[in-house]
Amino acid sequence: MTQLEVLRYNPETDQEPRFQRYEVPFRDDWVVLDALNHVKEALDPTLSYRWSCHMAVCGSCGMMVNGEPKLACKAFLRDYPGVIRVEPLRHFPIERDLVTVIDDFVAKLARVKPWLMPKEPAPAAGEYQQTPAQLKRYKQFSMCINCMLCYAACPEYGLIPEYLGPAAIALGHRWNRDSRDGGREARQQELAAKEGVWDCTFVGACSEVCPEHVDPAAAIQQVKIESTVDWYQAHLMPWLKK
Amino acid sequence: MSKPYVRPITSEWIFRHPRYLRYMAREFSCLFIGGWTVLMVWGLKQLSEGPLAWQAFLELLRSPASIALHLLTLAFATYHSITWFNLTPKALPLPFIAAAHYALWGVVSVIVLRAAF
Amino acid sequence: MARSNKPLVWAPFAAGGTLTAFLVPALVLVTLLVPGGLAYESMLAFAGHWAVKVALAGFIGLSLWSAAHRLRITAYDLGLRADAWVAALLYSATLACTGAAVYYLLKI
Repeated sequence: MTQLEVLRYNPETDQEPRFQRYEVPFRDDWVVLDALNHVKEALDPTLSYRWSCHMAVCGSCGMMVNGEPKLACKAFLRDYPGVIRVEPLRHFPIERDLVTVIDDFVAKLARVKPWLMPKEPAPAAGEYQQTPAQLKRYKQFSMCINCMLCYAACPEYGLIPEYLGPAAIALGHRWNRDSRDGGREARQQELAAKEGVWDCTFVGACSEVCPEHVDPAAAIQQVKIESTVDWYQAHLMPWLKK
Repeated sequence: MSKPYVRPITSEWIFRHPRYLRYMAREFSCLFIGGWTVLMVWGLKQLSEGPLAWQAFLELLRSPASIALHLLTLAFATYHSITWFNLTPKALPLPFIAAAHYALWGVVSVIVLRAAF
Repeated sequence: MARSNKPLVWAPFAAGGTLTAFLVPALVLVTLLVPGGLAYESMLAFAGHWAVKVALAGFIGLSLWSAAHRLRITAYDLGLRADAWVAALLYSATLACTGAAVYYLLKI
């Protein structure tokens, strides 16, 4: 057996969150999500949390496990000696128990215009062509599963709620680096704003916690450099057409 | 009725994981590198005022306080260099760019040391 | 969202950070050990070249700017919210100190 200490919050009755302890079976192949499911099925059906695929591809079960942002389906009980502290993902308001309010994140994703703005119209034959090298330029940044672990890890997002954040910027960069896309200028309004890349201080925690190895920190620094070149070009050589 | 709870932010985030302490150490290197640079500006002032003033500056450099601060600055400056070069491939994803930076660092350092000694 | 003017202060920060990463450890070793190469005559000769003066001014300016920018950010990280004031104070101190360095270099 092992113990979970879970942060509970009922908006209808509680003024503030409180911890509740549960004793759960210890199985070598169990993850925190299995333990939570056991709690819900056998001990306390009132416990609320998001989950879906149980295989680290949907991004639903992000939460703090012993203070670290983790996917609950990827955090093995065997890696946590002692009581396991489970809290909702940091830097997001708590809706109920382990469920956070993610409206801010969803809105930010939309703001970077995460869709193809074609450079040229689609060929008459039907599909755009892309070489493996062209795919490699953006593939890594396309692997984001929107789990928000990076937002929980980023101290700047915690300090500056208006900050666009790692996943949104990585997503914008993914489209900028797509050979079919011509929308970089359009995305700069968001990306090159103060609340875009410039609130990032390159802590790098986002890339460290990302379960898909997207490396949003790299995306952000690359956008910083592009934005800086843009800025100096616009201010020093305004006659140059972009 | 929905009443989301917003958890307050304090400065204790720095101590929540070693990576945030390492980040702070990297950021604090600026105090020592900046401080050392100001000391060098002072040295320029002394150099501009003649040999006696310059001698006084060299004596200042040999003082225990200066040596202690230099050792700290050396540690922090090296940490700044290592973290800077290790992060360069993220900003400029070119092949062998970190290795090239380290190599150049070695070459430049040897040149500086040979010129001074 | 308007595009930020941050690149104006970020570019010298990045340049200064790169320069200091390459140069400062070796230079600190030199000023720690105070070798013979630091004698008045050789230093005067060294700092006498106009090209060296330009290089020294550039190095000092960028090093100070990079430190100032990092200190500004660190202050915010540690909870000091008056960013505009901190920035104005630190960047103007940097310019003043760099100005002083240029003044002394011209005197040499």
